[in-house]
Amino acid sequence: MDSNKNSYTFSFAAVMVVLVATLLSVAAISLKPFQDKNVEAEKKQNILTTLGIEVSREEAAKVYKEKITSSYVLNSEGQVVDGDAFTVDLGVELKKPLNEQVFPVFEGENNGEKSYILPMRGKGLWGPIWGYLALENDMSTVSGAVFDHKSETPGLGAEISLGWFQEPFIGKTIFDGTEFKSITVVKGGAKEDDMHGVDGISGGTITSDGVSEMLEERLSKYLPFFNKKISETIEAQADTLLVDSLQTLSLNTIE
Amino acid sequence: MSEKKESLFSKKNRKLLSDPLNDNNPVTTQVLGICSALAITVQLKPAIVMALSVLVVLSVANVVVSLMRNLIPSRIRIIVQLVVIATLVILVDQVLKAFVYDVSKELSVFVGLIITNCIIMGRLEAFALGNKPWKSFLDGLGNAFGYGWILIAVAFFRELLGAGTLFGYPVLEKLGLYEMGYENNGMMILPPMALVTVGVIIWVQRMKNRDLIES
Repeated sequence: MDSNKNSYTFSFAAVMVVLVATLLSVAAISLKPFQDKNVEAEKKQNILTTLGIEVSREEAAKVYKEKITSSYVLNSEGQVVDGDAFTVDLGVELKKPLNEQVFPVFEGENNGEKSYILPMRGKGLWGPIWGYLALENDMSTVSGAVFDHKSETPGLGAEISLGWFQEPFIGKTIFDGTEFKSITVVKGGAKEDDMHGVDGISGGTITSDGVSEMLEERLSKYLPFFNKKISETIEAQADTLLVDSLQTLSLNTIE
Repeated sequence: MSEKKESLFSKKNRKLLSDPLNDNNPVTTQVLGICSALAITVQLKPAIVMALSVLVVLSVANVVVSLMRNLIPSRIRIIVQLVVIATLVILVDQVLKAFVYDVSKELSVFVGLIITNCIIMGRLEAFALGNKPWKSFLDGLGNAFGYGWILIAVAFFRELLGAGTLFGYPVLEKLGLYEMGYENNGMMILPPMALVTVGVIIWVQRMKNRDLIES
């Protein structure tokens, strides 16, 4: 057979393409369930990390069931709407107009402390970055943060997925009094008393900025929800205050 | 068929393995695969993972192309080689994602980078197309080792001098160098210094073996 003939070249190419395509599709389809399981377990693992719980990927599903007490999705006005928080794909949501987007919230409890966990997603240098931020009951203090990325540069931007970058978020606040401040990743290092800033990554400025933008953008969308929660807490406090003063009043009258 | 009698590890075959380690190194002598040598040598661990992945892909691709060498139409041979490499890389990536998820996370962008590594296509084109599978396999191994050790050497110096760590372990801090006023050289973690490091290795190599110096 003359391997320089056009017909041979074409048929070789055709056979090769069909073979390779079949091989790859079979591999992709048969491995998909395993891959999905890994991704799901990792998501649960990440959510648990913001609560301060370290689990292996195998145990993630079990612990997740125990510790995550409820989850729901909100619309842009902060009202609870139908939907499963766990399966919301923020990559898809972010492309929709604001009033059609949904915003997942996970409520978790560890050592008696309740946390609200919010998923984040934004842009890094080479691809998407995402993460989870856990807020305490006051809706301002960060109790845990975890970030991950698709393709940031190892040793530089990819450091956002490491502990030294994530731990300083804990204890920072996203509100200054009633003013929304978010948390900024500061190039060259945040000042020690800065309640709204953490240290950036040298050589990873674009990824660091991506994290700042992601937090600002995502958290600002939850503002109606935060305000509702904060006023609920204030009302609850006011109620107990009222009951207390009524009690003292009645006691005084009896006397 | 006298070649059949040649033993698996004859002197000629051993040379296929050892040559690319030094005098015919793909990075320092042929100056191939430089892009990945710059991109992923900030830390040791990814450099080693990358070296291993290239080892697998290069040796398997060499064998596959060598087996098909009499069938491949010469006019589309480059595309055929590319398809072989890309298929292998995607297969490896999918399998890793399914069964060793942590390793696949470690690899992240490098998997894609393997496809663009000119060493692989260079070896397919220059060697596998004209040689038998076993020889091609040895050639693949040799070149991957030659590429790997350069990568690891560069990563060693960049991580040590740039971040003061090795495999993430703070070596310099434990040695107490910082208390004596030592500071990390932040420039080492930027890509240009990888090029300079490779340059220094080439310099040392040519100092030792003057035959490599072009007239």
